[in-house]
Amino acid sequence: MTTELTMAKALNLAMRTAMEADNKVILFGEDIGKLGGVFRVTDGLHKDFGEHRVIDSPLAESGIVGTAIGLAMRGYRPVLEIQFDGFVFPGFDQIISQLAKVHRRTHGSVKLPITVRIPYGGGIGAVEHHSESPEAFFAHIPGLRVLTPSDPQSAYSCLLSAIRSDDPVIFFEPKRRYWDKGVVDQSQAIADPWRARILRTGSDVSVVAYGPMVKTALQAAEASEYSLEVIDLQSLSPLDDKSVAESVQRTGRLVIVHEAPGTLGLGAEVAARIGKSCFYNLMAPIERVTGYDIPYPPSKLEEYYLPDHDRILFAVDSVMEA
Amino acid sequence: MTTARASPKSSNPAVQLLTPEGELASHDTYSLILTDAEYKLLYREMVFVRRLDQEATALQRQGQLGLWASSLGQEAAQVGSAFALEKNDFAFPTYRDHGVAWMRGVDPMKIMQVYRGISNGGWDPFEHRCNTYTIVIGNQVLNGVGYAMGLTLDQSEDAVITYFGDGATAQGDVHEGFVFASTFDSPVVFFCQNNQWAISQPSEKFVKSPIYKRADGFGFPGVLVDGNDILAVIAVTRTALERARSGAGPTLIEAFTYRMAAHTTSDDPTRYRHENDLQNWKLKDPIERLKVMLARNGIADRSFFDAVDAEADTWGETLRTSVRLMPEPPPESIFDHVYTEKHDVLDAQRAAFIEYHEGFADSGVH
Repeated sequence: MTTELTMAKALNLAMRTAMEADNKVILFGEDIGKLGGVFRVTDGLHKDFGEHRVIDSPLAESGIVGTAIGLAMRGYRPVLEIQFDGFVFPGFDQIISQLAKVHRRTHGSVKLPITVRIPYGGGIGAVEHHSESPEAFFAHIPGLRVLTPSDPQSAYSCLLSAIRSDDPVIFFEPKRRYWDKGVVDQSQAIADPWRARILRTGSDVSVVAYGPMVKTALQAAEASEYSLEVIDLQSLSPLDDKSVAESVQRTGRLVIVHEAPGTLGLGAEVAARIGKSCFYNLMAPIERVTGYDIPYPPSKLEEYYLPDHDRILFAVDSVMEA
Repeated sequence: MTTARASPKSSNPAVQLLTPEGELASHDTYSLILTDAEYKLLYREMVFVRRLDQEATALQRQGQLGLWASSLGQEAAQVGSAFALEKNDFAFPTYRDHGVAWMRGVDPMKIMQVYRGISNGGWDPFEHRCNTYTIVIGNQVLNGVGYAMGLTLDQSEDAVITYFGDGATAQGDVHEGFVFASTFDSPVVFFCQNNQWAISQPSEKFVKSPIYKRADGFGFPGVLVDGNDILAVIAVTRTALERARSGAGPTLIEAFTYRMAAHTTSDDPTRYRHENDLQNWKLKDPIERLKVMLARNGIADRSFFDAVDAEADTWGETLRTSVRLMPEPPPESIFDHVYTEKHDVLDAQRAAFIEYHEGFADSGVH
């Protein structure tokens, strides 16, 4: 079945589908019930599945994650909503110390099939703590899987896969793309969410992006005088550097784009791996286009922080001219 | 000094010195005597704080502010508690406590900067002895306790007041704040404005025993006050501050009030509460009841109320114009104040940033 949906609706549909298929799937988070979440991603699910499966939690992120671990040990498959990226940190301890480590600690006896949905990234004119990109913290932690979709189709497919996974998945939703529309094919066999997707083929430069920056990278490719191959990582952990390497072996040049600060960001890991696997293919140093190493600025200045298609083109020029 | 007579004691467990009908009430433990000038000042301050809120709400609707968190209905709790502070006391407010910032002398334009997206802080906490707004729910409670611990170490007679809402009472940070303050007998007042809504969640759902009673379990007193009664709020806050200064430790005050507006301008409360719920609370309006008291006791008359309104009108107009004309900071200021000392990596990024943007200026492209 094919429908045109916003990313928010596609995520909603993925949860609905998962809840219909498995009555152990429950949603848990702040204001996700009657209100439908502050971004309305869970809109209507409270009405259709009831307050025992779409649960408004008290206002405490450590509480949400910590109790979800207990719920999972009792056989539930919780899908959590953290209201905003900058509010995940009270729950960070439970995520790092317990969620990521229980399976290993119990020699595989306890599985924690928990999905932690986190709207992330900037570009919506918000106040502090509402525009951050903390994905590298989580991708750094063994035991967690990290996914981030870039369009409605990947949102639908990735969230279904995350919920079905028996591993904990930190699921970053690019909030500035919530209202972008796209075709969602439910009947199509779900492509492997743990693999990067090539969204546009090109021969001069491989441009790697994920989440909110994929659209920006595609816009840059449209505007560029060069032939850009745009790759959506989709999975940040595990990182599918093999697909990236195959692309760079063809193009010989790589530009990596993300909103998060550059230092020790995902781009550093991609660059290190490609620097090794494609050392003899690279015709220019790898370039990164990222947020600066500063706290996310007040919204009037966020356009100066966020990578835009001009900055991507600037980096493309520099690898082409190297 | 007013000559007003108090009406018989109320059976309401909340401390109340001024009824919703504007009658003065007596209380076994708490009383408050202010000068007529002070009563009038309190009225004026609440009118201005409400005007600030109305102007900001309108400015947000016009696209002049990115967001606004309304303090409507909570003026007595905020203005009254901050009125009780001494100059050197230190307040730790949340993003909704405009009445507190106002009373601490913070220029409202600096509050506007935060909601216009120009600054993440707006003012210097040390200038006003008022911390910048904390947005992450509950974080500031521990920070306030720590400041109070410092006061004890310094053998200071100052005190701290830290604000939070009913929603925040679910957070670990708030409970840890209680434990630390109790452990060290810290000179801090925990001022909880129970406005009964944590965005869409009614506090009755997750507060099964009154918030103020939690203090018992931590070993310090808790008191429930009518949060829309500015006189009672001042009285209980003063008592709590005196206790703090004396070295006896913290107090938890639960100011029972109501969030009359949406959580923020991004919120749509029609999805989770009925308009009727507001009617009952409109009758308990904090400003109206003080106005009735002032008029009934001959402390102020129509000419005073009209003059305050006229002054607020003029002030509101100036605020609107000033917000529209507010200059934006230079782009490279995003690199400012990340560190106290020179940082080579960031300095290089700033230089590259400036060079990059100057490149666009040269080419005329942007």
